[in-house]
Amino acid sequence: MDFATLIQILDSSIRLATPLLFACLAGLFSERAGVFDIGLEGKMLAAAFLSGSVAAVTGSVWLGVLAGVFASLLMAGIHGLAAITFRGNQLISGVAINFLASGLTVLLGQNWFALGGRTPALTGDARFGPITLPLADTVAPIPFIGPIYAEMISGHSALVYIAIACVPASAWVLYRTRFGLRLRAVGENPAAVDTAGISVTGIRYAAVAICGVLCGLAGAYLALGLAAGFGKEMTAGRGFIALAALIFAKWRPWYALGATLLFGFLEAVGNRFPSIDFGVITLPAQFMQALPYVLTVVILAGFIGKATPPRAGGEPYIKER
Amino acid sequence: METSRRQESAASASNPLAIELRGISKAFGPVQANKDISIQVAKGSIHGIIGENGAGKSTLMSILYGFYKADAGEIYISGNLTPIPDSQSAIRAGIGMVFQHFKLVPNFTVLENVILGAEGGAILRGAMAKARKSLSDLAREYELEVNPDAVVEDLSVGHQQRVEILKALYRQADILILDEPTGVLTPAEADQLFRILNGLKDQGKTVILITHKLREIMEITDTVSVMRRGQMTATVKTAETSPEELAELMVGRKVLLSVEKTPAAPGGMVLEVENLRVRDETGVERLKGISFNIRAGEILGIAGVAGNGQSELLELLAGIARGEGTVRLNGQEVALNATADGQSRRARGIAHVPEDRQHLGLIMDFTAWENVAFGYHHAPEYQRSALLMDNDAVRTDTVDKMERYDVRPPIPTLPAKNFSGGNQQKLVVAREMDRNPELLLVGQPTRGVDIGAIEFIHKQIVALRDAGKAVLLVSVELDEIMSLSDRIAVMFDGKIMGERDPKITNERELGLLMAGVVK
Repeated sequence: MDFATLIQILDSSIRLATPLLFACLAGLFSERAGVFDIGLEGKMLAAAFLSGSVAAVTGSVWLGVLAGVFASLLMAGIHGLAAITFRGNQLISGVAINFLASGLTVLLGQNWFALGGRTPALTGDARFGPITLPLADTVAPIPFIGPIYAEMISGHSALVYIAIACVPASAWVLYRTRFGLRLRAVGENPAAVDTAGISVTGIRYAAVAICGVLCGLAGAYLALGLAAGFGKEMTAGRGFIALAALIFAKWRPWYALGATLLFGFLEAVGNRFPSIDFGVITLPAQFMQALPYVLTVVILAGFIGKATPPRAGGEPYIKER
Repeated sequence: METSRRQESAASASNPLAIELRGISKAFGPVQANKDISIQVAKGSIHGIIGENGAGKSTLMSILYGFYKADAGEIYISGNLTPIPDSQSAIRAGIGMVFQHFKLVPNFTVLENVILGAEGGAILRGAMAKARKSLSDLAREYELEVNPDAVVEDLSVGHQQRVEILKALYRQADILILDEPTGVLTPAEADQLFRILNGLKDQGKTVILITHKLREIMEITDTVSVMRRGQMTATVKTAETSPEELAELMVGRKVLLSVEKTPAAPGGMVLEVENLRVRDETGVERLKGISFNIRAGEILGIAGVAGNGQSELLELLAGIARGEGTVRLNGQEVALNATADGQSRRARGIAHVPEDRQHLGLIMDFTAWENVAFGYHHAPEYQRSALLMDNDAVRTDTVDKMERYDVRPPIPTLPAKNFSGGNQQKLVVAREMDRNPELLLVGQPTRGVDIGAIEFIHKQIVALRDAGKAVLLVSVELDEIMSLSDRIAVMFDGKIMGERDPKITNERELGLLMAGVVK
């Protein structure tokens, strides 16, 4: 493998990691506040569909993003209502959202566009174009550093840079602000927050809303950045991979960046080398493509050290007598 | 009436009032938790509120702290009518509360816990620095030293309680409510807490102490209010009352506070325990070589602060947990390996009244008669044929047991969760003690049990001893250990620190052993 190939793989790792990173941070906010969310997948899917549809109709990528965030927030609202207000089972609510999104997107897609559940292919301003960072063309000829900057770091769409900027922003919000302190406290011992005179419900809803926005961005990026339009079940389990990355990252923002980059890298390798020939045996394409999912199973089975989830995670808060 | 005369005398104290409650009522569904309660607390005093479990003490204080909304009644703080719809208003009114179960975030530092909810700004950096300064001032002023950067879950229970008090003081509380504060403390820690409370009182703060322990009321309070079944039965000056009178006011009848028992007449060796060792799932050794023995007709009391290996000891002997060492019952070895289970233990005549009756002793959603059958469901008298159980026989037996063990209400088809704590415990005691075991293992027999039932359960344990059986009693209540045991062993950190004779030893000596101090 030569240097140029490596740069190409890393370049596509970053692109493939972006939706995972958004979704992972989304899950991080929700779960740190004690609301488990296996509905990341459904929220992304709903967002991808509505952003694809709106972008196709209006021709504006940013209106598409807004629509995606709106769709995801709607789903997050359902989850919040079920999990926080009605103290329902958070897993069941999440599963319901996944099913709802899966069915609704295809149904509406067929009804609106009659393309078998897809949205029309996006062109021009209806999808994200690459942003060339300053000096990229100037440094490109420089050996080694040039390609890294010009090809790997520069030339992504806006959402990629927003995703990466979300990492320090999330860390700052969680660890340096009053809101972050309360959010983390709510996920560990909501009674402590309640007795301090702060609304547990309010903080959890805020966290779920942030989760909705970030999932919306993840879905929008899938439809408007990575692909050119919405395709049936296009999230392909990325919501669950993001959950695995969240556990791998031990619910911390910077670790989340590392974990999602790893998953992105595996996916990029799978795409670049459909089959690897070791001489004796040839690994089939399916094997390479399965890599991210295999890692997900390994992580979820608890092979990667001890990861302690937020203590009050998954439990609705009920004032005790 | 005598009570009303005394109520007047307490109210006409010269100090101004910190708190006055007028006609507070609160119902949870059909249960009237507080009924028309009025109370006056003088500024700069320590006021005790005593009553049995379920008397409504905690509900009343939760109303004062804005955790619940009263159905009727008024709250006056320093003479002004102050509605308290939520905890935030209670904090603003200068009320701080230390709950029985601490409301701390375990993986936060002391500083983070103290400022939570009172951060003083959207960005933490400035608030933290300010809090650090005032925290160290408070710590010095009230002798409440704790390291502000320590993570709360690493602190001892006594220190966690200090953090709770600091939290209240940081919010400038003038009125501090403590709900059963000594339940989790060693005697030495409790003494320290009382010193702190007296210090707070000297600084003009008002302290309300909720407890069911008469000794604490007598020791530290200036005035005391007694609650029974949601009503305030009396408010008296502590100096003018006695434990006996308070107990009577609490229960509504005369109560025997001490256990009446004749000297033990130990017989042959029943239980011999040598070098028991247990590791928990994380590999930490929880029992570090325990040895003791119990003779027939003898009660061995195990004293100690909760979490020093007592639970592991009980579970190992009861066949629930696995470990190493030797246990002999009447000279015959008892298995401690994977072949051990509760069933085989019962067959050997070992009965177990577990510490945590709601998880290990009963299935809360099942009826009383089903619970009475548990563990003994293979008993021949419960069988109709080789395949079928005789449920009628179990129900008949349950009615009989309920009568003899005074379980109220005596309805065998009522789910266990609908009985009060004391009656749940009587159900377990009836099941385990009624089959005349050789050895009774009993953990926290009176935890969450009202005074009347405590008296009954203690009598049953002594009766079993007098019938020539061996009893291993584990309790964190030192009073209970002292009054029931014929010998006392003190556990600390998985080891037995020493054995004492209850007639010779005292609470101070036992307290030091419980803290791991050997002279």
